[in-house]
Amino acid sequence: MSGVLVVVEHKNGALGRISLEALAAGQLLAQTLNLEVAAASLAGDPAELSAYKLSTIYAVMHPLLERYTADGYTLALQQLVEKVQPAYVVFPHTYQVRDFAPALATRFQRVLISDVIGFHEGPVFVRQLFQGKLSADYRPVGGGSVFVSIQAGAIRAESVQPAATPAAVEVFTPALEAAQIRTVPGEPFRESAQSVDLTVAPIIVSVGRGIREADNLPLVQALADALGAELAASRPICDAGWVPIERQVGSSGQTVAPKLYLAVGISGAIQHLVGMKGSKAVIAINKDENAPIFEVADYGVAGDLFEIVPALTKAILAAKG
Amino acid sequence: MKIIVAVKQVPERDAQIAVAAGGKWIDEGDLAYAINEPDAYALEEALQLKEKNGGEVIALCAGPERVTSTLREALAKGADRAIHVHVDDLASRDTLAVAQLLADAIRPEAPDLILTGLQSDDLGLGQTGVVLAELLGIPHATLILHVEKIDTGLRVNRELEDGWFQQVDMPLPALLTIQSGGNKLRYATLMGIKKAKSKETRTIEADAPAAASTIELARIYPPEKQKRTEMLKGTPAEIAAQLVEKLRTEVRVL
Repeated sequence: MSGVLVVVEHKNGALGRISLEALAAGQLLAQTLNLEVAAASLAGDPAELSAYKLSTIYAVMHPLLERYTADGYTLALQQLVEKVQPAYVVFPHTYQVRDFAPALATRFQRVLISDVIGFHEGPVFVRQLFQGKLSADYRPVGGGSVFVSIQAGAIRAESVQPAATPAAVEVFTPALEAAQIRTVPGEPFRESAQSVDLTVAPIIVSVGRGIREADNLPLVQALADALGAELAASRPICDAGWVPIERQVGSSGQTVAPKLYLAVGISGAIQHLVGMKGSKAVIAINKDENAPIFEVADYGVAGDLFEIVPALTKAILAAKG
Repeated sequence: MKIIVAVKQVPERDAQIAVAAGGKWIDEGDLAYAINEPDAYALEEALQLKEKNGGEVIALCAGPERVTSTLREALAKGADRAIHVHVDDLASRDTLAVAQLLADAIRPEAPDLILTGLQSDDLGLGQTGVVLAELLGIPHATLILHVEKIDTGLRVNRELEDGWFQQVDMPLPALLTIQSGGNKLRYATLMGIKKAKSKETRTIEADAPAAASTIELARIYPPEKQKRTEMLKGTPAEIAAQLVEKLRTEVRVL
């Protein structure tokens, strides 16, 4: 049992940013523990991995892996983990990983430590509890490989270490049969064309559960108008149909990094924060002074949005003359 | 279709959570609890499937005595009966141990479909459903927004990232983890609450001590701040004036 194995994900033929972050996390963990890092890619071109400091690149290839299924990925990686015997298996915390990695860990009688934001000596892995209100250290116990998935944005992709010389690529062909794959996946599709591109908006005013009712939305729209900002929302607001889903920010919506992100009545659940914490400046208005949104805010107002938002709109309009 | 909905009871969304002495878990003393929101969507999906296809909906919850209030709420909304896995030390068991408790309760029922929320609002590990499917040896799909019964089993709509979706077909029995927002949640009616009183809740005692954990919650603590937040104070007008100043001189958007 040795080494770190990072399982990367290809998106549209390239490594996603979150996979580079997982690679960086794997390298950092390996460095701390004085271990080697290998990477595995499933049914993707492993060439891109050659740029990074790795001991081995496993190209897991099988016709049955071309379209993702939980059964196919679990079986293939089970065989790879049995062969490589890594001390740590590191994943990016993507929707796909959430779909199969818990089953993979179960095959080894382990529990995936999911959505990890860092690690301390031990190692213990840090993750958030209660929608980000608390942090927790999780310690793996007992023997066997430790499975962890890394939250988007937790570790900078830019910190991934380049290769001095490209690592050897080893093709791994798992034993898979069509009958072992119980689900039939369809072609990914989009419900409707994305007509609002929040990623290019310099200013975003975003609204969350604190607004309480759809009838209160004009209050926030007026603030957005005063600032010349795009209106966005957290998932529950879009689920309720109060703001169109194409204006949703967070892991299931758009990821934005505007000059200013003004969060109104948003508590800051992890799923929301991953979509906006790259913003240059964050202002948060929320009634709960302990809300996680204040952890990523530059300026915070713990108070009643129904008083503060109209006052702010008025002050902005006055300032603009 | 016989459907089991596995739900969890978690602290209410606005609850003030404090770390308990010892730093291993939270102070549960005065907390108000509610159904885990994604599980409420799983229950709603189950009730709608029953309305369309007939069958039975069984609500399942593991936890101490207090979780029976969540099961009563599920019965009031339309579940036919409930199973309470009575366990007082749920928080000290890892996902595998909790999934084993649920699997033991589910096996004798031999349901066609198991639904649960995609994650819990307390631990947020987001994997009990998948681990449960693995233990039961049945196929699963996660982040499901829509479920349709077809001749060969189910056709589900799975949410991918960045606004993409995917259709997945699967045979029954199966397990799905439900994403929030696929349906509108119903409220319990007065009639429903009345009817719930005569519905069966079976209690299963989880007598056996938990199997050794493979992950241990070593310490919980307030989050480390990622940024130094300047908190602005005063009357609304004073706060607005301070914010305008920041927008002009620091953020430079005015």
